[in-house]
Amino acid sequence: MQSTFPRLLLEHARQRPDAPAMREKEYGIWQTTSWRAMAELVEAIACGLHQAGLRRGEHLVVIGANRPRLYAAMMAAQALGAIPVPLYQDAVAGECVYPINNAEVRFAVVEDQEQVDKMLEIREQCPQLGHVFYDDPRGLRNYDQPGLASLDTLVAGGQAFTREHPGFFREEIDKARPDDVAAMFFTSGTTGNPKGVVHTHHTLIDRATVGSRFDKLTERDEVLAYLPPAWIGQNIFSYAQWLVTGYVVNCPESGATVSIDMKEVGPTYYFAPPRVFEGLLTSVMIRMEDAGTVKRKMFHAFMNVARRVGPAMMDGKPVRLLDRIVYGIGNLLVYGPLRNSLGLSRVRVAYTAGEAIGPDLFTFYRSIGINLKQLYGSTETAVFVCLQPDHEARADTVGVPCEGVEIRLSDSGEILVKSPGLLKEYYKNPQATEEVLGADGWYHTSDAGFIDKDGHLKIIDRVKDVGRIRGGAHDGAMFAPKYVENKLKFFSHIKEAVAFGDGREKVCVMINIDFEAVGNWAERRNLPYAGYTDLAQKPEVYELIKDCVEKVNADLSRDELLAGSQISRFLVLHKELDADDGELTRTNKVRRGFIGEKYAVLVDALYGGKDEQFIETQVKFEDGRTGSVSATLKIMDAKTYLPIKAAA
Amino acid sequence: MSNKKIGDVILDVQNISLRFGGVKALTDISFDVREHEIRAIIGPNGAGKSSMLNCINGVYQPQEGSITFRGRTFRGMNSRQVAEMGIARTFQNLALFKGMSVIDNIMTGRNLRMKSNILLQALRIGPAQREEEAHREFVEHIIDFLEIQAHRKTPVGQLPYGLQKRVDLGRALAMEPQVLLLDEPMAGMNLEEKQDMSRFILDVNDEFGTTIVLIEHDMGVVMDISDRVVVLDYGKKIGDGTPDEVRSNEEVISAYLGTSH
Repeated sequence: MQSTFPRLLLEHARQRPDAPAMREKEYGIWQTTSWRAMAELVEAIACGLHQAGLRRGEHLVVIGANRPRLYAAMMAAQALGAIPVPLYQDAVAGECVYPINNAEVRFAVVEDQEQVDKMLEIREQCPQLGHVFYDDPRGLRNYDQPGLASLDTLVAGGQAFTREHPGFFREEIDKARPDDVAAMFFTSGTTGNPKGVVHTHHTLIDRATVGSRFDKLTERDEVLAYLPPAWIGQNIFSYAQWLVTGYVVNCPESGATVSIDMKEVGPTYYFAPPRVFEGLLTSVMIRMEDAGTVKRKMFHAFMNVARRVGPAMMDGKPVRLLDRIVYGIGNLLVYGPLRNSLGLSRVRVAYTAGEAIGPDLFTFYRSIGINLKQLYGSTETAVFVCLQPDHEARADTVGVPCEGVEIRLSDSGEILVKSPGLLKEYYKNPQATEEVLGADGWYHTSDAGFIDKDGHLKIIDRVKDVGRIRGGAHDGAMFAPKYVENKLKFFSHIKEAVAFGDGREKVCVMINIDFEAVGNWAERRNLPYAGYTDLAQKPEVYELIKDCVEKVNADLSRDELLAGSQISRFLVLHKELDADDGELTRTNKVRRGFIGEKYAVLVDALYGGKDEQFIETQVKFEDGRTGSVSATLKIMDAKTYLPIKAAA
Repeated sequence: MSNKKIGDVILDVQNISLRFGGVKALTDISFDVREHEIRAIIGPNGAGKSSMLNCINGVYQPQEGSITFRGRTFRGMNSRQVAEMGIARTFQNLALFKGMSVIDNIMTGRNLRMKSNILLQALRIGPAQREEEAHREFVEHIIDFLEIQAHRKTPVGQLPYGLQKRVDLGRALAMEPQVLLLDEPMAGMNLEEKQDMSRFILDVNDEFGTTIVLIEHDMGVVMDISDRVVVLDYGKKIGDGTPDEVRSNEEVISAYLGTSH
């Protein structure tokens, strides 16, 4: 059953010509493109691109939001045996230069004026980029640069060509083999240049099929495409799986209307990174706090029931009849309307991935009857490596290896993957390819983890960050800083945490309180404070944070492997960690090494057993001026627990 | 936006004087507006800018002088007649219907173009229904143009000020005007909102070829987007020309910055 994407398209157009393939909301109305119309559009664009000179094996960049005609352009390129390269629509012009030159791109299909301006800006650096086609002509009336044309003219030219060469489109499609390259995705790459991940029709279609089979997706499912198409996840959900199953992909009207469009469409298959779920929950909670007393009380009462009963019901475990009845009433009065207002009332399968999700957040969605699950994968593995089965969703694992996947752990604890969906190579980068893809065919994920007793994969940290405790009670135990930090950050009062412990006898952390959450907490307790620094050092706040730390320790002690990572001492920092001061990356990840050096006195104080330490720090304000913040920070001990041996 | 075609004089204001009792709001003002241009009227507080706009709009009847629009001189016309001729305006203090949705507010701008009578409209019978759909489609294009799709059904009163200004502009655009009068379109906006509004004004001018007359306080914005500028002070015209000419005009500098004597 090997195929290529253009053949799948023709198959749908033949079997169900009038069924909707994609919808896009425009001028207030959902406009439908049927499979037949989609195939005709792809044919016209393909013929137009052929006339413009696009050749087999060449790359074509596509930049823009989720729009049917941009997806059609990707299919058109594939029909000609060319390779679509989606790039992030919010990247600045300079960031597009490397991928375009790396792949020697001569053709670009872009969304609108914003993207056209970027392409024109980099033209001097990318002289080969001769053709730019745009979807939306708004504001481009007076652009007369050579090589710039609207997608409409390309389609018109292609239609004329089709009339003269009616068999051309199919002949070109028939030339493609499943092992031909289908698409290339550039990974963001925190260091150095981005790398082009090369996938074939086979790798993508195989994984899309496995994922669809796992969750029993059919042509009756509905998806809302709202994440960047340049990200492989979105490409799998709204392109590969779309063509494999033939479900309907809905494109929102604009970035700002996603939540409204979501309510109107009611997707049945949904993906969002944890921060989106967190944002939704926050908006619900804020609105509930503003609601009338009766509604608010009812909400909280039934949410308590949901927390107690909901997850068990989702997992298919037996639940007492009375609980079932109360949950049923709650469903009628609270959970149902809530799901509806989130646009999730028809969701059968929802996934989250990309980063760790807090257990409270995860449980909230499952408890109101949304089948939220986690998956594990990356650009290099065409997403699907591990998936959680319907009744086995947990906050702290990423599921069981899915069909065709083998998982092994290296001696250093790194997760190695063998799967039919592995990348073919990094484009023009044999050295990087060799680093991740050994001769034995195992892909090195650079994630550290292990398989738990139920066969679920658990991710701990990046391999390079995992350390060892040296000396003390837990000599030789594994230390996973990010794992510890994430557990702390799941508490709403903690914004950031930095854990130290590699090569030391115990684990110590520096904590940033969440100014808004803790500020609010303090106000409700009539606790006066003068500002961030003052609030951070209040004894009451220290007690609050201590409580969080000890809960994390209790949790860690239950895990044999990670019991040694329990936190012995902590302090609350006097200033917020900031990317402007180099303490966070631009994507808000803590730079542990840099912080360790910058706050060396604090690290020494933590490990030296002191009760407090004076520190003065330079800070950069947003307007570029610098100033200094000084404070005497308290240091507190936290209770640690004896490791609990897993009951056999 | 370089190859924009500025046409002939479309609106000609000649020797306008306006008095309220003994107060002289405008004294002998003359200027013209050419087709497709962006024409700004600036001046310190109380200079008579809004009065000037109200004269063009038919709200005030000047005691002296004449205003000619496309060869027709309008003396004693009311604001409805002016609107029917193709002159639309927005308001400094937003005269929107706060309780109505964005769509309904913009729909009111189509009012002059609706042919069916109120009874047919109320009952949504045949032709009235078709007519409403056609107008709604036009309104949807404006919503798309102004990028307010997310607020289509929101009551206007709940929107932030910058967006309300955009709805106000949308309602004026719904009239498909030949000349658009904007009364302080950027007043009370933050920098980002000002940039957005400037972009929309330029886009309206560029895409629809609408002639725009605007009053504005923010000198930076005016100088960036206008083709020509009239400067008023105490009801008198003290400067007229391109932004560069006006900027170097001694009288204008002293009116705005004061002079040392």
